[in-house]
Amino acid sequence: MKKLLTAAASIALVSALSISAVAADKLKVGFIYIGPPGDHGWTYQHDQGRQAIDTRFGDQVETVFVENVPEGPDAERTITRLARQGAGLIFTTSFGYMDPTLKVAAKFPDVKFEHATGYKRTDNVSTYSSRFYEGRYVIGQIAAKTSKTGVAGYIGSFPIPEVVRGINAFLLGAQTVNPDFKLKVVWVNSWFDPGREADAAKVLISQGADIITQHTDSTAAVQVAEEQGVNAFGQASDMAAFAPNALLTSIIDNWADYYIARTQAVLDGSWVSTDTFGGMDANMVNIGPFINMPADVKAEAEATVAAIISGKLHPFAGPIYKQDGSLAAAAGETIDLGTLLGMDWYVQGVDDKL
Amino acid sequence: MQLILEKRAQASGLMNLLSPVLAILLTVIMGGLIFAAMGKPPLTALYLYFIDPLTSWWSIEEVLVKAGPLILIGVGLAVCFKANVWNIGAEGQFTAGALMGAIIPVLWGEWQSPFALVAMLFLGALGGALFAFIPAWLKTRFGVNEILTSLMLVYIAQLLLDWMVRGPWNDPHGYNFPKSASFEGWHLLPMWGDGRMHLGLVVSLVAALVLFWVMRHTLKGFEVNVVGSAPRAGAFAGFSQTKMVWFCFALSGGLAGLAGLIEVAGPVGQLQPNISPNYGFTAIIVAFLGRLNPIGVIFAGLLLAISYIGGEGVQIELGISDKTTQVFQGMLLFFILMCDTLILYRLKWISTQSSQQAIGDPS
Repeated sequence: MKKLLTAAASIALVSALSISAVAADKLKVGFIYIGPPGDHGWTYQHDQGRQAIDTRFGDQVETVFVENVPEGPDAERTITRLARQGAGLIFTTSFGYMDPTLKVAAKFPDVKFEHATGYKRTDNVSTYSSRFYEGRYVIGQIAAKTSKTGVAGYIGSFPIPEVVRGINAFLLGAQTVNPDFKLKVVWVNSWFDPGREADAAKVLISQGADIITQHTDSTAAVQVAEEQGVNAFGQASDMAAFAPNALLTSIIDNWADYYIARTQAVLDGSWVSTDTFGGMDANMVNIGPFINMPADVKAEAEATVAAIISGKLHPFAGPIYKQDGSLAAAAGETIDLGTLLGMDWYVQGVDDKL
Repeated sequence: MQLILEKRAQASGLMNLLSPVLAILLTVIMGGLIFAAMGKPPLTALYLYFIDPLTSWWSIEEVLVKAGPLILIGVGLAVCFKANVWNIGAEGQFTAGALMGAIIPVLWGEWQSPFALVAMLFLGALGGALFAFIPAWLKTRFGVNEILTSLMLVYIAQLLLDWMVRGPWNDPHGYNFPKSASFEGWHLLPMWGDGRMHLGLVVSLVAALVLFWVMRHTLKGFEVNVVGSAPRAGAFAGFSQTKMVWFCFALSGGLAGLAGLIEVAGPVGQLQPNISPNYGFTAIIVAFLGRLNPIGVIFAGLLLAISYIGGEGVQIELGISDKTTQVFQGMLLFFILMCDTLILYRLKWISTQSSQQAIGDPS
């Protein structure tokens, strides 16, 4: 009997200890950033998501981030460091962290990993991305409506499917207004390099583009557009403050809801590896306020947004022709997800070669 | 009273050794002041920066992994600079070596044998050396400044790698993302420990020790020293300046290429557009910090590696920008160059009064 009591007491003690240990152990959520949170673009929006976690969960979680982590051999070390410091959930927010994330995840099976824009998953690695191309389609339409020269300039980072998809969606949107709309592309081979982004914008403007859009992370391009008196779109974040006269609208990435949901899942113990590809309907891609444009252009853009959200309009609905003239999707067809995810060809009308 | 620099009759051997120590000390003091100015506890920050990386086996391993390529490239550059040959393009030779060595895993993926790895190492060194022969040839044939040509070739190598992983060597199952297929089996270096320790480290140390011996005990080492410090004397001794340029580029390019192959067959495990966080350029600092002496380069490589790992730790623990690491490395190089002045010069106080008197009194 005495033995039984001692056993019961010790069990009670152990469970009490483990409960207090859990209560004392905050969930640590780590973030790896490709640029600085001050880029006011891609990384800025991820950092907004991180801050949303702080606001929502308060003392339950602690967030920590590392900025400017190059997409090379160093990334693996930085991710490992976060895992070793007790992070239970780690978001790696650039494509190039894919293989390093998987390598670290294999060594830390109890830590949950979330990799943005990649395609490799395991039991403790999820992937997530947004259908940014929906926003691109909308701004493409606006561009064709407002452009006088009929030429837009597009600053690309790396010719990976995500970026190519954005270029195609932009031009497809523009072609619904002006079938002869021209699109020039300059690649800067970097996600964040304000100097080169600005130079690229100047080159495109000198080649006749009077609308600039970009798939890079800084505000350099919209600032050049403001100086030179042409129009521009904000990318990833609302950039109106940097180009109050030039900006037409911005594509805004909203990571906050996703980050909160995934943190909640880890806290609940319900986290499982998933693949998320959310668009405007899921509130992961937003369009900023429509400014510096006539009312009819604004009304039409709003209608397009509503049609995409309701599912009536798909930016990659046929007929779509590839650059070489071959048919990519016949009328009535839509390009399937697999093709979108591996997109390595331009639609007809892009003034560039892949 | 006035402080002047007076040329020493002879280079000071003591200052030659003390200069790096003094530079490190000044860097630490200035670093502490910078941390304090940013409102961070300076002692904690300095501890995290320089000591903390050495307190766990994992971070020691990471320091060694980081130091490996810096040492391997650094020792080659040390010999090169000693001979007054200025190869600034180690970063490009690093990339060229990685590309050449990757021929085997990318094109002959089925050939799995230890010899495949040996062949990769050989091809890596060969690729770096061949790429370095371009500035060597331009220099010896046309007298083109090798600083410019070797530097410009860095960008060519990087763009070539970029093109290869997007085009011909793109992973066929990789959704067109810019990567080659992952290397497997004998196309990867043996690794051990729970981190990422690999064979490359041993290669770096062996290379440093061999070069130390060569520089100290062989005719070639003597030749490098003579041609570097007194080219005319070298010419009278029958040493050829042209051959020296070829030798230096072959050696430093080969070692940089080997380092590149080791990096892709080790920590990275595939070809991708970014394979180097500027190892080839940082190795220039390493070579000078190590007094252009292969043993010194080992310590300099370790110090720079600590500054990277520590800088990362400070960034996470105290929330300081990653630019701090660059500021520290910049300060280190700056103070080294500053303190090096003291090898050939000494500081001396002179009385302004007596100099005025000297001017006023013509006798």
